[in-house]
Amino acid sequence: MESAFSSAGLSTIWLTFKLAAVVTLILLLVGTPIAWWLARSRSWWKGPVGAVVALPIVLPPTVIGFYLLVAMGPDGPLGHFTQSLGIGPLPFTFAGLVIASVFYSLPFVVQPLQNAFEMVPDRVLETAATLRASALDTFFSVALPLAKPGFLTASVLGFAHTVGEFGVVLMIGGNIPGETRVVSVQIYDHVEAMEYAAAHWLSAGMVVFAFVVLLALYTLNPTGRRK
Amino acid sequence: MTGIHARFDLGYPGFDLHVDLRLPARGITALFGPSGSGKTTLLRCIAGLEQAPDGMLRVDGVTWQEGSSFLPAYRRSLGYVFQEASLFPHLSVRHNLEYGLKRIRASERKVRLDQVVALLGLGRLIDRQDPSSLSGGERQRIAIGRALLTSPRLLLMDEPLSALDAASKQEILPYLEALHGELDIPVIYVSHSLGEVARLADHVVLLEQGRVVASGALYETLSRLDLPTAHLDDAGAVIEAAVAAQDDAYHLTRLDYSGGSLWVSKVERAIGQRVRARILARDVSIATVPPQGSSIANILAARIAEIRDESPDRVNLRLHVGGEFALMSRITRRSRDQLGLVVGMEVFAQVKSVALIA
Repeated sequence: MESAFSSAGLSTIWLTFKLAAVVTLILLLVGTPIAWWLARSRSWWKGPVGAVVALPIVLPPTVIGFYLLVAMGPDGPLGHFTQSLGIGPLPFTFAGLVIASVFYSLPFVVQPLQNAFEMVPDRVLETAATLRASALDTFFSVALPLAKPGFLTASVLGFAHTVGEFGVVLMIGGNIPGETRVVSVQIYDHVEAMEYAAAHWLSAGMVVFAFVVLLALYTLNPTGRRK
Repeated sequence: MTGIHARFDLGYPGFDLHVDLRLPARGITALFGPSGSGKTTLLRCIAGLEQAPDGMLRVDGVTWQEGSSFLPAYRRSLGYVFQEASLFPHLSVRHNLEYGLKRIRASERKVRLDQVVALLGLGRLIDRQDPSSLSGGERQRIAIGRALLTSPRLLLMDEPLSALDAASKQEILPYLEALHGELDIPVIYVSHSLGEVARLADHVVLLEQGRVVASGALYETLSRLDLPTAHLDDAGAVIEAAVAAQDDAYHLTRLDYSGGSLWVSKVERAIGQRVRARILARDVSIATVPPQGSSIANILAARIAEIRDESPDRVNLRLHVGGEFALMSRITRRSRDQLGLVVGMEVFAQVKSVALIA
């Protein structure tokens, strides 16, 4: 019987955390401007853009996985692009998994950030403007520090949600050890192979991980007791 | 060209602003009017926080807005003090004060930190970490200091005292007066309190429903009977005077103005110091002959310059009392008719009470 902490098991865990870390980093960079725009814009586009960002919350992961697979495949627009760059198609690669996870976890980062940015009063931003701070300067010197709790929530949720994904990974990444095999898929494999002990180890590990993450979120985050 | 020239036309549903104003680029100009009259909107247009299309704004010869060119707020040399202090909650008091200071060129830094700390009494506050632990008055003083430290060409204040309780107001007013005296920065001050205007302003702009009703020097404007200010319960004139003599025996002080003198309860001020005295219209009564055996200390020879109906039972009078100043008096219509008061008549103004406001 294969233990969850064999070298293959450890590489799966390591890959899962690497994926989640990379995806969270990308999501913070991509999600911040989107969230800022959604929080402050009065444009007509706000509704449609907000809805598109939120789609992964309601869609089955297989649907997202399917369309990303088609887009990234050799005949898809993204596939054409990556092939013209000489990278080749992205499905069944770590990069492909990262891109898919970014889409899948986007709302879990954008929405807490958007909420945090909406809590920053207009008055404070106007005050900064009357103190010679440009919009960009105001964003970094005032809005970002005030939205800090939102960034904590967004990072934790983005990370945890990426660790927990299954359907999208299976559609895009398959199950290549060391390349695209993450913990959730590994658990599935163990169960398929009737290796319940190994499945227990990983599953219990995930439960503990999720609990610790959420506990940290609820105890560290001061937004819980707003004055 | 010095001075401020502002022309804005702005329409919202239910509210529009149409102003074409020339304001002095020195001293304190008050924008006074009831709520909804457009004072704050005008101030925000001047700051560039609100964009009035096709507006025009020049400050001391520098164009801030004209045609399609619109200088964004952060590129205008102005300070803005909001109703609430709006301190940055994540910054210490010192970093709040230095926020704007750090963002102007060193060559533009005319107002120094130590100067502001002394002027606004911030010595004991500057090392505090959390601005939310301070009182409303303290926070507002820091906000004023923070705005001043950008060495603005123009300081805009939007009812800076209205969110404060009476005690905090009294705490801040002397600082505002000191600012007036010590820094040569013109101030546009929005207020709906006639008392505040009388105390602080040199120039008054009266706004009503987005239109300028009057714009002129404080002493002149407050004694005009044709303006909405004349109908307020606390309508009254302001006279500038100097402390002339102290009567220690009776605990009184004599104030001399350009056309005469007034006795008030003793004030601890040096002889020669300039003060402002506010005399409410309802505290001035009229006699046609020199009153005999009256307990009223201040009886001024006056000439009736204007009479206007105020309400079905009352009239307002404007009285020349010598010099450049005028008083306002509010009496009943019956008294006017019984005494046969007409414009041009020489009478005696009996001043029941004089408030020293600055």
